[in-house]
Amino acid sequence: MTALVIAEHDNASIKGATLNTVTAAAACGGDVHVLVAGHNAAAAAQAAAHIAGVAKVIHADSEALAHGLAENVAAQVLAIAGNYSHILFPATAGGKNVAPRVAAKLDVGQISDITKVDSPDTFERPIYAGNAIATVQSADATKVITVRTTGFDAAAASGGAATVESAAAQADSGKSSYVGSEIAKSDRPELTAAKIIVSGGRALGSSEKFNEVMTPLADKLGAAIGASRAAVDAGYAPNDLQVGQTGKIVAPQLYVACGISGAIQHLAGMKDSKVIVAINKDPEAPIFSVADFGLEADLFAAVPELTSSL
Amino acid sequence: MKILVPVKRVVDYNVKVRVKSDNSGVDIANVKMSMNPFDEIAVEEAVRLKEKGVATEVIAVSCGVAQCQETLRTAMAIGADRGILVETTEELQPLAVAKLLKALVDKEQPGLVILGKQAIDDDCNQTGQMLAALADLPQATFASKVEVADGKANVTREIDGGLETLAVSLPAVVTTDLRLNEPRYVTLPNIMKAKKKQLDTFKPEDLGVDVAPRIKTLKVMEPAKRSAGIKVPDVATLVDKLKNVAKVI
Repeated sequence: MTALVIAEHDNASIKGATLNTVTAAAACGGDVHVLVAGHNAAAAAQAAAHIAGVAKVIHADSEALAHGLAENVAAQVLAIAGNYSHILFPATAGGKNVAPRVAAKLDVGQISDITKVDSPDTFERPIYAGNAIATVQSADATKVITVRTTGFDAAAASGGAATVESAAAQADSGKSSYVGSEIAKSDRPELTAAKIIVSGGRALGSSEKFNEVMTPLADKLGAAIGASRAAVDAGYAPNDLQVGQTGKIVAPQLYVACGISGAIQHLAGMKDSKVIVAINKDPEAPIFSVADFGLEADLFAAVPELTSSL
Repeated sequence: MKILVPVKRVVDYNVKVRVKSDNSGVDIANVKMSMNPFDEIAVEEAVRLKEKGVATEVIAVSCGVAQCQETLRTAMAIGADRGILVETTEELQPLAVAKLLKALVDKEQPGLVILGKQAIDDDCNQTGQMLAALADLPQATFASKVEVADGKANVTREIDGGLETLAVSLPAVVTTDLRLNEPRYVTLPNIMKAKKKQLDTFKPEDLGVDVAPRIKTLKVMEPAKRSAGIKVPDVATLVDKLKNVAKVI
């Protein structure tokens, strides 16, 4: 019984979500191998070999794998899928895109967004935006899984000494191509990997106010910035900052919610944070029901005061 | 070009579901059911492509119990031209739905299949990608912009950290993210018109698909409750608590 983890990487380094997925893979009970499918990705493959608990890294390199196109990455996984009892992807935009293609081609059901491994064939996963937790059992020969990274600790990024094996790259499907991307450049920690997140809601009122109030606090705390769906829909913050069931699922050490009422779908994305602070002027806001420390105050006064007193 | 739009009947997004006391599932008896919000965005996008002259016909499909007809009528009120119901009382999992849709893709030969990125009940996020794999089609998931021209679609996708644009050759599968469009308000005249539109019904057997579930739900539990903490009177107390009690800053 061996589990294969599909690494999330940018060709130069391994993304944090891979480390949590390795922990989930180890919990399935057997050896853990990691597939690094990319272009000029030798550095990422080396980094994967250093992850504690990884026995082998398979490195497939070709131009067709440069941008993680689902058709090509799935073909690469399928080429070696027969060797594995479990195939695990992080439940990131990249993992969610590819995993079902692999499952369908193997004619197996997929278990999405697992938060716990009960046994090699039984897993826990949230449904209905986290309002219920289902325990599910798969009867399929291969378990294709996506892993909710906040459900598992990160494996140590160093200490491992896995062998790196090259695999022949599969041909380009020719049906899709990468045109371009707009990735926000920022010195801030990545939202899903941040230790502290400060998050703003619709109460901020405009994108100018959002930046004016939230950015200094984030700078002071070395925090990532998040937003509620309402703030994103209103155009106050870009969509990749959205925390919630349909956005990013986060679990930092400290989550500071400013002017966020606490809709179910937002709570689903952040309620596993270690310490939650809520600043809201509405005493009835549902966010207070999950907050460790609630401050009933106007955020336009309280947040700058908080920033200056840190 | 035809566009196929699969739609799912789910518990309305405003309903707070309750776990059944025997932990066999969530209680969906007598709760309001609606079209999955991501699927509504998919129908809207397809209808807009028809209004732009890119598509000639929009076909809505739903798989499930007889009441899915209501969901199809809603899709037709938004502007879909006709509906197909694959009727079964079996529990349908994403792989089974993808196989049913694959059979309909073979039959209808659409240029595009547009569907929601995930359903808000099982939160699987699988069906579109599985259909693309089974039908050997390219996919563009989590779309926030779709432009169709010259036998291909340029699709802007919401990914971690920003946006990415892919070009996929048609036919292709596109799944919708929240910000692709805002579905129109359905008017009464259009609801009346939708009642007269063609709706065909098949059984999974008619399409030669085995829909038996692969994954068994052993139990469904309430999530661990997070207890409310304390209210602090002012910013100074908050800072003190964070520094000295929680020790997180």
